[in-house]
Amino acid sequence: MNKPAKARIASTSLAGCFGCHTSFLDMDERLLDLIGQVEFDRSPFTDIKHCGPCDIGIIEGGVCNAENVHVLREFRANCRILVAIGACAINGGLPALRNHLSVSSILEAVYRTDMIPNDPELPLLLDKVYPLHEVVRIDCFIPGCPPSSDTIWKVLTDLLAGRQPELSSRQIRYD
Amino acid sequence: MTDTFMLDGKKIRFREGQTVMTAAIDAGIYIPRLCFHPEFKPHGSCKLCTVKINERRVSSCTTPAAKGMVVESDTHEINDERRMLLEMLFVEGNHFCPSCEQSGNCQLQATAYELGMTSSRFDQFFPNRAVDASHPDYLLDFNRCILCSLCVQASRDVDGKSVFAFSMRGIHTRLIVNAGSGLLADTRFDGKDRAANICPVGVIIKKRSGFKVPIGQRRYDTMSVSSPEK
Ligand code: SF4
Ligand code: SF4
Repeated sequence: MNKPAKARIASTSLAGCFGCHTSFLDMDERLLDLIGQVEFDRSPFTDIKHCGPCDIGIIEGGVCNAENVHVLREFRANCRILVAIGACAINGGLPALRNHLSVSSILEAVYRTDMIPNDPELPLLLDKVYPLHEVVRIDCFIPGCPPSSDTIWKVLTDLLAGRQPELSSRQIRYD
Repeated sequence: MTDTFMLDGKKIRFREGQTVMTAAIDAGIYIPRLCFHPEFKPHGSCKLCTVKINERRVSSCTTPAAKGMVVESDTHEINDERRMLLEMLFVEGNHFCPSCEQSGNCQLQATAYELGMTSSRFDQFFPNRAVDASHPDYLLDFNRCILCSLCVQASRDVDGKSVFAFSMRGIHTRLIVNAGSGLLADTRFDGKDRAANICPVGVIIKKRSGFKVPIGQRRYDTMSVSSPEK
């Protein structure tokens, strides 16, 4: 008998701290279960550089620079279901604490006016740090800083079973 | 003598002078709320406690209970509207729960958990609001104020100090401190005031006590906001 095709998952961190990915790995032996059902595309777990067609894309971190916008659009173009994971992806989180300051005042305070890095390789900072859903359509949100591995597991198993993910009030946490 | 009305198909007994909200609380039934507090005169401003009576939306905290009325509260339609109000409150301020001392004890956050809010459908305002850390024992983080007015009422009606007030109107409404300088240190505010312990969110914060109770062991980490109060 043919095995059912594995679902393809991609993941990345934009303006995030990789805490959500770490919490993802915290699902311990359930990872073995998961790996039986899915294959990873672009992700810090594989080091594939560009995202191909996927069933699920998971993004941690908000959008703070031009490169984040490109990566986010690549994910949106390739992933059937796009998941925003963690406080930063959902409302900008800690990096968005800069949002009431102008970019120039931040750069001048950090680098002094004569030393602001200006290499074309460096992505340009956006005026503010934005939540993902203010830039592209997002299908599903997993709040938390980071969300617990149980909550991540619940959403993934719902999605893999073709269900609309439903979190109970106990599984929803913002801290 | 007690009369009754119907709330989501349940018979609720009430006494003369009770509102839909207080009768529901006495019956152990939760109606979401933020600006309502049993010690203070209700003013129906947050609209979280909106219910439907005869197809009309009213604030349950200000609507007198009446014999035979039929009240809808815990319905998909009304809860969706409540969630929308919560989402507006979240984007209007700066609510970074992971760095907020009130996280886990916060009524706004716990109500959003209860109503299943995972994100906001609205764009963030990211307002620029300063923190007032002038007072030796308390700080005010205006980024999180939801304008429930409880501190205004407590300071005026219980403490007799009127330390807090609202200024401006509509979307520009903001909480101010009654002092020429606008600073808390220049008022008679004291940690023993009722106003010091009334804020349902993380604005009026006691200094040097942060994170004494770790996140994960706080009020709404162990119970839900809908648990009966008695
Ligand atoms: S006041 Fe409540 S909702 Fe706002 S940041 Fe603090 S915990 Fe979160
Ligand atoms: S500071 Fe707190 S109690 Fe006062 S109006 Fe704002 S949210 Fe309400």
